[in-house]
Amino acid sequence: MSRFADTFLNWTVMAQYAPKILEGAWVTIQIAVAVVIAGIASGLALAVLRAFRFRMASALIVLAVDVLRALPPLVIIILFYFALPAVGIQMSAWVATWLALSLVLMAFSEEIFWAGILSVPKGQWEAARSTGLDFFQTLRDVVLPQAVRLTIPPLTNRTIAITKNTALGAVVAVGEILYQAQSAYSFSYNPSPLLLGAVAYLILFIPVVYFGRWVETRFAWKR
Amino acid sequence: MILDVSALRKSFGHLEVLKGVDLKVRPRELVFIIGPSGSGKSTLLRCCNRLEEPTSGSIRVEGIDLMAPGVDINAVRRRIGMVFQSFNLYPHLDALGNVTLALRKVLKKSKAEAEHTGLHALARVGLAEKAQAYPNELSGGQQQRVAIARALALEPAILMFDEPTSALDPELVGSVLNVMRELRESGMTMVVVSHEMRFARSAADRVIFMDQGLVLEEGPPEKLFNQPEHPRIREFIASIEH
Repeated sequence: MSRFADTFLNWTVMAQYAPKILEGAWVTIQIAVAVVIAGIASGLALAVLRAFRFRMASALIVLAVDVLRALPPLVIIILFYFALPAVGIQMSAWVATWLALSLVLMAFSEEIFWAGILSVPKGQWEAARSTGLDFFQTLRDVVLPQAVRLTIPPLTNRTIAITKNTALGAVVAVGEILYQAQSAYSFSYNPSPLLLGAVAYLILFIPVVYFGRWVETRFAWKR
Repeated sequence: MILDVSALRKSFGHLEVLKGVDLKVRPRELVFIIGPSGSGKSTLLRCCNRLEEPTSGSIRVEGIDLMAPGVDINAVRRRIGMVFQSFNLYPHLDALGNVTLALRKVLKKSKAEAEHTGLHALARVGLAEKAQAYPNELSGGQQQRVAIARALALEPAILMFDEPTSALDPELVGSVLNVMRELRESGMTMVVVSHEMRFARSAADRVIFMDQGLVLEEGPPEKLFNQPEHPRIREFIASIEH
């Protein structure tokens, strides 16, 4: 039992590396927030663009979204970080991770927003257009407020799932929680920092999960 | 002439729904359109503000040719109020918000001005006290009256009703018809597609019977209901009134 405690709950090791984990937590928060903002904003923008039904633009959006949804996020990160320099595009590990996850969130949120836009009944468009609102006004003031409301529960779930993937940044040496925990482990030959890292993730993401649940009940649609 | 439709045709794919329809509506007139389902009544209304794109023909609203290239369709649409069978209120806005949206976005009125006009419109349909109620808190009849207020607030030249009472429980129909009757008395020009034959008899200036995409007969309600020239109309009216 004491060997177990020594291995996994070694307070000395934990205390030694806690500042590093904390540093990692800060990086994780930064990437996660940047991913959520960029991913959801660009996903919404694409869904709005798709609503105009320009054939070429829509086809490109569908293609991009399908590709991004099919690729594992880790593959995209590695491609950005290791493969793009070969064609002269350099980016930091931080940017590669942020960009890859933002694109993935963009793809999923575009699909969710688009489904939301489609689920608003045709009569809403007709009522608004019949009062003289133009296409864009109708989309912005009548359709999107309803669509966004419908999309909040699935979007929240998807956003949580994708932001957790910030841990993949460890592979390209972004100094986020997992990377810090792993390097602490290899320096100390003691897995306690890994446990500490896991706890850090829990502290960060459990509130987000609760927030997601609250949002789901708060925005439950009543007609 | 407020509305002047001539030789209007509309096809959906191979199906020709309107086969050359003429419809003229004078100021302060209440024109009733009846006919079996599939006869093209709703499509005719929906073509009049180009919610459906006509295949050919001409539509003039207050003299403005809706089919002319470069016509500002949004400007014309706000002159044509439309009331739908399924109300189509915006569920995320309260009654006043429903009525004021176009006032603010299309007519660019200030919030205070729009709310003043909006409350007045709600008062005309007897729902001023429901201004803050959301559509899901209103009965079907109240929702339809809010929808009428939404159209009225823009001070349209003509109001079009597409089966306004068909989705209502029978006991709620009267409240909507009463509002329509008051509008008629106030001189509003109206085109109504509906199966409310008693209302048509008492309120319509003219009744148009459509069948298979054509106007089969039109005339004053007494004539059309009591001595129609076409046996088809007599059959239809008998089937509606049981």
